[in-house]
Amino acid sequence: MFSLYIHVPFCRRKCPYCDFYSVPAEAAALADYPALLCRHLELTDKEDWSGPVETIFFGGGTPSLLPPAAIAAVLTRTASLFGLSADAEITLEANPGTVTPATLAGYRTAGVNRISLGIQSLQSEQLQRLGRIHSSQDARQAVAWARQAGFDNLSCDLMFALPGQSAAALQQEIGAFLDLDPDHLSCYGLSLEETTPFYHLHRAGGLALPDDELYRQHYLELHETLQGAGFDHYEIANFARPERQCRHNLTYWRRRGYLGIGAGAHSFHQRNWGRRLAVPSDLPAYATALDRGSDPSQEIESFDRLGAMSETLYLGLRTAEGVAEESFRDRFGLGVAAAFPAALRQAGPRLALREGSWRLDLQGWLLFDHLISPFL
Amino acid sequence: MKQSLIRNFSIIAHIDHGKSTLADRLLETTGTLSSREQKDQFLDKMDLERERGITIKAQAVRLKYHADDGQDYILNLIDTPGHVDFTYEVSRSLSACEGALLVVDASQGVEAQTLANVYLALDQDLEVFPVLNKVDLPSAEPERVKAEIEEIIGLDTSDAIVASAKEGIGIHEILETIVRKVPPPRGNPDAPLKALVFDSWYDPYQGVIILVRIIDGSLQKGDKLLLMANRKSYELLKVGVFSPHPVEIGSLGAGEVGFIIAGIKVVGDAKVGDTITHLHRPTESPLPGFKVVKPMVFSGLYPIDSSDYDALRDAMEKLRLNDSSFSFEPENSLALGFGFRCGFLGLLHMEIIQERLEREFGVDLITTAPTVGYQVTTVRGEELVVESANKLPEVQQIASIREPFILGSVHVPNEFVGAVLALCEEKRGIQREIKYLTATRVMIVYELPLNEIVLDFYDRLKSITRGYASLDYEYLDYRESDLVRLNVLINNEVVDALSLIVHRDKSQFRGRDLVSKMKEFIPRQQYEVAIQAAIGNKVIARETVKALRKDVTAKCYGGDISRKRKLLEKQKEGKKRMKQVGSVELPQEAFLAILKVKEQK
Repeated sequence: MFSLYIHVPFCRRKCPYCDFYSVPAEAAALADYPALLCRHLELTDKEDWSGPVETIFFGGGTPSLLPPAAIAAVLTRTASLFGLSADAEITLEANPGTVTPATLAGYRTAGVNRISLGIQSLQSEQLQRLGRIHSSQDARQAVAWARQAGFDNLSCDLMFALPGQSAAALQQEIGAFLDLDPDHLSCYGLSLEETTPFYHLHRAGGLALPDDELYRQHYLELHETLQGAGFDHYEIANFARPERQCRHNLTYWRRRGYLGIGAGAHSFHQRNWGRRLAVPSDLPAYATALDRGSDPSQEIESFDRLGAMSETLYLGLRTAEGVAEESFRDRFGLGVAAAFPAALRQAGPRLALREGSWRLDLQGWLLFDHLISPFL
Repeated sequence: MKQSLIRNFSIIAHIDHGKSTLADRLLETTGTLSSREQKDQFLDKMDLERERGITIKAQAVRLKYHADDGQDYILNLIDTPGHVDFTYEVSRSLSACEGALLVVDASQGVEAQTLANVYLALDQDLEVFPVLNKVDLPSAEPERVKAEIEEIIGLDTSDAIVASAKEGIGIHEILETIVRKVPPPRGNPDAPLKALVFDSWYDPYQGVIILVRIIDGSLQKGDKLLLMANRKSYELLKVGVFSPHPVEIGSLGAGEVGFIIAGIKVVGDAKVGDTITHLHRPTESPLPGFKVVKPMVFSGLYPIDSSDYDALRDAMEKLRLNDSSFSFEPENSLALGFGFRCGFLGLLHMEIIQERLEREFGVDLITTAPTVGYQVTTVRGEELVVESANKLPEVQQIASIREPFILGSVHVPNEFVGAVLALCEEKRGIQREIKYLTATRVMIVYELPLNEIVLDFYDRLKSITRGYASLDYEYLDYRESDLVRLNVLINNEVVDALSLIVHRDKSQFRGRDLVSKMKEFIPRQQYEVAIQAAIGNKVIARETVKALRKDVTAKCYGGDISRKRKLLEKQKEGKKRMKQVGSVELPQEAFLAILKVKEQK
C-alpha cells in the first residue's frame, strides 16, 4: 500500500512566484512524456513498492497539459503493475486556462475522481499580477465544466496576502470562492521563494506585500469564514468539507510511504527510519536514464531514529489531527514529552496533548516555523 | 663569539607599515630563510596574528651576514609586539637591543603607536635610524615624511634609507647600516651572569621556552640557573638560537641572544623582564625595569552551551600556560550560569583570547561588556576591588569609588582635531596638551577614565577620523568618581550579566542607547519582550520587542519536505549562538550591545 505522485513538469508560462521545476510546454516533449512515465513505473522496484496504490496525484507543472489519453495510459499502467485500490483517490491538478468540457470529461472517464483547480484568485487584476494564464471567467467556467463532467470532489487553490490586498478585498475573494461551492480549498499566503522573479522584484522594492500583521489577519479571517461555511481547517493551508480531505496529501503529513514518478518527483520509503529519494529536475537526463533502463531516483536523505521522530512532528503538527502520542510511542519507544522536553517547553501553551494527540492551535500554526524549529 | 661582530636590533613600525614583510626580506637576503621556504611573514607565528596582521609574540631570529667590510656578522632581529596593550613587553624587547630600525610608511607618515615605541627606544639609549618603506607606491612622499620625522621625533634623516620591502629595494643598505650604526654589545663576558628574559612561552614538548639576551657573563648547558624575581633555580637543559628554526648551540656568551629550556612548567615562572643569573655565582643586582603586569580590563566569559564549561576551563588553562597576563576565575551569573571572570591587558588582548577560545578550542562564548577594576571604600571602611558590575555594593554601602585613569595620546591630521576634542570631552577627558607636531599633524593628550575607553572609544575614534587617528596610552592613577550601576531588565527581571558601571552624568544616555541597541539585536519571539534600563529602582529607559506575528511556511508537500525542513534546520544553526535567559532567547551580540552604541545625540 502506498501513494503515487506523478510530476508533470510543463507549463505554458512560468508564474513569477513559483519555484517548482517546470519547462516550457513544447508539443514534442509533451507527447513523449507519458511513455517516460510508464517506463519509470516499469523500472520501479516492485519489492520496495508493493501495491495496491491507495492514492494518485498528478501534480506539476501543469498536468492538465497532458491529454486524457495520456492520463489514461499512465493510470492503466499503474493498475497493471501495482494494482489500484477500489476506492483509490486520483487527483489531477488543472489550470483553468487549459481545460475544456471534453478534456475534463476525458480525465473523469480515465479514472481521475478528484480535480484540483489552480484558480488562485477570482479578481482579474490579481490574476494578471500573478502572471496566470486564465481569467476569473475561465475559472468559473472550469468549475462548472468539471461538475458537468462528473467531478464530485473538487478543490480550488486560493492565494492570500497578495500585493496590495486589503481585508475587504480578501472578504470579497473568499465570498467569490464560496460561490463556486468547492469541496476543498487550499489557501496559500504568497511567500517569496529565493529563485523567483517575485523575490527579486520585492528585494528591489517593486512589490508591496502585506506585512506580517496583515498576513495574520488574512489567515484568521480565512479560518473564521471558511469554518463558518462548513469547512474543516485540517492542515495549515487546507480546508475541506466533511470526508473531502485530500487523502493523498495526508500521506505526506502522516509520514507514510509515497512513490514519486517523473522528472523532479520525490519519494519517501518507510523502511527502517525512512529515506527520501528524488528524481533530478532535469528532463533530458530523466529520459536518458530511463533509456538506459535504470531507475533515475537518487537517495537524498536517510533518517535515524531521532531524525524520524523530529520529522514525524514536523509533518504531523501541520495537521489538525496532530501526532497521536500512543502511535508515536509505539513506533519510537518513547513519548513526545520525553523525546523533546525543551522544545515542548518553548512552544508553551500553543502545543498541547488533547484527546491523545499532540496538536498546535491556530495561533501555533501561524508561528509554525518558529515553534517547530526547536524540534529539529 | 666576538661581541664586536654582534648586532642586536629590532624594528619599530606602525601596524601595516610593512614590518613583517621587511623582516621576511632580511631573512631571505641573508640566506637565513630561502624564498621557497618562506611562508608569508614568517615572524608572525600564530594564524590569528597573520589574519590581523599584528605580531603579538616577540621572537628573536639570528641572521648571519657577510658585510661589505669582509667580516661575518651575527645580526639578532628581535621582534616586538605592535599594540598598545603590550607596551611593557615592547620595552623589555627593546632593552635587549642596541639599535632599532624605525620603519615608516612613506605615504602614511608617523603614527602615535610608532612615536610611543620610538620614545621607549630612545629612553633606553638605542640607536634609532629611519627607513622609509613602500616608496614604490605612487602615493609615497618620502621627502614630506622625512621632514615629519625630523620635526616630530627630532631624528636626523639626511641618511634615512629609502626602501620597499615588497620590491626588495634598499635591503642591502639596511643591512649595512645595521652593521655600521648599531653599536656592538658592551657587556662584560667575565662578570657574573646577567641575562634578560624578554619573552617566554609554553611548548607542550619542551616546557617553557625562554628568549634571553645575555648582558654580562655567559651560560651553558648544565648550568644551575636562578630566576631572580621568581627566586627559583633550574638546571639549564638546552641552549640554542632561532635561525629561524631552533638550533642547539650549547652556550651563549655576553651580547648574544637565544633561547633556553630549563624544565620550567609554567610561563608565570619565567616572567618577561626577569633576570637570570647563576645559582652559585649570582650577580649583585637584577636588571632594572622588571614589572608584574596586571590585567586592566575584565569581562565575563560564559559557554553558550553550559555543558561546555569544563572544556572552556581546560581551554583557558591551556591559554594561560602561554600567557601569564591573562587571568580567570570562576564566576556565577543568574542569567548565564557558570562561567569565568577574566582579566586582560587591554581590549585587543581580550579580543584575541576570545577568538582563540572560540576558534582553537571550539567553545561558543557569550562575552559580557568589558569593565575595568574599581576601588571601592565601603561605609564600614572596607577596601574592595570590583571587577564586575554585579559585585558593586548597594549605593548606601558605598563611601567612595575610584576608577583608573589613563594618559591617552591621539595622533591625528589637523582637520580632525575638533572631532577628537569633542570625543575626549564626551568621554570625561581632561585636556593636558594639544601639540602641533607639524603644520598638519596634531598630538592631542588627554587624561581619560579607562572605563570610557573600554566601551567604545577606539571604534568611535576610528570612525570620526576615518581611520586616520592613532592612539597610545599609559596608566596614570585611580581617581574618585560619581559612578552608578546601570541594570538591564528583560521582562522585568534584572539580567545580571548585562549590568554596567557608568558615570552618573552618562547614565541616562547610556541607558537609553543601550536598550534601543538591544532592541535591534533581539529577534522577535513568541511573546513580547520588554527591555528596561534602571538605576536602583528607577527605570530610565524602556523598549519593546514586539511579539512575532507570523512565521510559517505556507506549503509543504511531498517534494518540499526535505528542502524546507533543512532550511529551518539551517536557521536554527544560526540560533545556536543564542542564550535562553528566562523565557527569552538572547543572541550573543545583545550582551555586547553597549559596545555598539555609536553617537551621543
